Amino acid sequence: MENVVAKNEQINKELLQRERKNKARRNRLALELPLHIMLIPGIIVTLIYAYGPMFGIIMAFQKFNPSLGFTGSKWVGLKNFRFIFHLPDFSQAFKNSLYISLLKIIVGLMVPLILSLLINEVSKNWFKKFVQTSIFIPYFLSWAVLGGIIFEIFSLKGPVNLMLGRIGIEPIYFLGDNKWFPFILVTTDVWKSMGYNMVVFLAAITNINPSLYEAAAVDGANRWKQTFHITLPGMMPIIILICTLSIGSILNAGFEQVLMLYSPPVFRSGDIIDTLVYRLGLIDGQLSPAAAVGLFKSLISLTLVSISYYLAYKVSDYRIF
Amino acid sequence: MIHKADWKRKIFILCNTLFLTLVTLISIFPIVHLLAVSLSSNVAANAGVVKMIPVGFTLEAYKFLMEKSDFLIAFGISLKRVALGTTINMVMVILTAYPLSKEKSAFKARTFYVWFFAFTMFFGGGLVPAYIVIQRTGLMNTLWALVIPGALNVWNMVMLLNFFRGIPKELEEAAIVDGANHFTILWKIYLPVSKPALATILLFTIVGHWNAWFDGMIYMNSPASYPLQTYLYTLVTQNFNKKLLTMDDIERLKNVSEKTLQIAQIFLGALPIMLVYPFLQKYFIKGIVVGSVKE
Repeated sequence: MENVVAKNEQINKELLQRERKNKARRNRLALELPLHIMLIPGIIVTLIYAYGPMFGIIMAFQKFNPSLGFTGSKWVGLKNFRFIFHLPDFSQAFKNSLYISLLKIIVGLMVPLILSLLINEVSKNWFKKFVQTSIFIPYFLSWAVLGGIIFEIFSLKGPVNLMLGRIGIEPIYFLGDNKWFPFILVTTDVWKSMGYNMVVFLAAITNINPSLYEAAAVDGANRWKQTFHITLPGMMPIIILICTLSIGSILNAGFEQVLMLYSPPVFRSGDIIDTLVYRLGLIDGQLSPAAAVGLFKSLISLTLVSISYYLAYKVSDYRIF
Repeated sequence: MIHKADWKRKIFILCNTLFLTLVTLISIFPIVHLLAVSLSSNVAANAGVVKMIPVGFTLEAYKFLMEKSDFLIAFGISLKRVALGTTINMVMVILTAYPLSKEKSAFKARTFYVWFFAFTMFFGGGLVPAYIVIQRTGLMNTLWALVIPGALNVWNMVMLLNFFRGIPKELEEAAIVDGANHFTILWKIYLPVSKPALATILLFTIVGHWNAWFDGMIYMNSPASYPLQTYLYTLVTQNFNKKLLTMDDIERLKNVSEKTLQIAQIFLGALPIMLVYPFLQKYFIKGIVVGSVKE
């Protein structure tokens, strides 16, 4: 008798549990459904305009004809890749991209680093703010506007040549000379973007424990020594992180900037992969070879980005989300 | 000894102040220079004597521009683009960041969705396939081509997502007990406390839409539908296209040099950003730091 009651109780318990579980599942669905709904617009746009072009990469293996579309165009295997690898412009653009972006990374790191150390030495708060605000202004201007400014400033009769003339230097055609063009690209890019990294570095400096400086001062270390033995080591993690993350963008030498500033005489020193893709594909209409160049670049970038994020994760425990 | 160190420090501070003033000047010189040239007489502008102060002050260039229809049309298109694009971007960023900010225990499919979106940050189809897709989806030569393909900025979304994750869970749990649904929680709890992050994203979105010119150039068929920055690009690179001028324009142009006119247009292209920037600055410095030095 007791056995039966116990068994009944057991069954009742199980039923109750199952019902609870079902209820929980329904509850969970009711709770999670709005979350799925919120994602729908983002998913649609991403599928069409981010994954769509990824699917469109198949045109790099076709002789793409816009009227036939992705499915109707003729497949040609690796012919487009053989074509671009034999293109002299391609290897030139590849070399230029590496050279220009490497210079941009190095100078673009050093200048804000030095500026942030100098600004940190300023004691007046209003001056600090004023400098910081001003340095950030070029960051918000488009390359179309900056292009106009740069053409004006570096023109043969512009302010830069005017000043060089005062010390007896013949006017230099900066934007039309292969010797000078990469230099102009690097300088103007660093000038535009230095405010950003400077803010990041300044934040890193304020995060350093003040008691370290007090201890150093007691030991008789002057400002110079404090900078070298406390401030710089304290900033090392963020410097290393920025370096690592920039590995991934090493083939991005600044598309809009170059497109704005270059001209046929400086193609030799200024043409980069992105501008080559643009000219080849959208100006000359060689859609498939241009897509092949683009795929080549995307694959290298994906590899480098993966490596750099892995390193950033290992070295400084960095995660984007 | 102490006196000597004091003295050295003073010299350093002086040099440092001078140097930083110089850097500041280099940063703001171009924009001040533009303003000065645009307000100068055409003789002075063409002679290249204007630096930071107008020579032979005149408002002729701006008066001319106020009646120059192609400039005004381009300006209008840009304003429309910023209004439409920013609205869409903000809605999309908020709607996407909220579900993805949930823990895996509260939203089972989160990991899958995160990878779905994150992958697009590291790999893309490239310019030509993207162009074909936009052509195929019928956006060509419409304002939608400039706002729909980039409607969800994944970088901004990740930034907001990280900000959302820092919001204390107790607030939300209390609301759930009271029977609030996700939309209410997002609207009443998450958004009000995320103002700094939203302001930063808002600033970057406005600036991004106002400054974009390449997409306008390739997706718009006729210069008449170019947004302002694309218009400026053609203006600067083709060094003032005379074909854009009507006879009436040429008649009135007698008083204005092409140069001051061109410079005035470039200046006006930069002006709106200069006006928004100071108001949002205090937020966005915080935003950059949160976004890049996440600990």
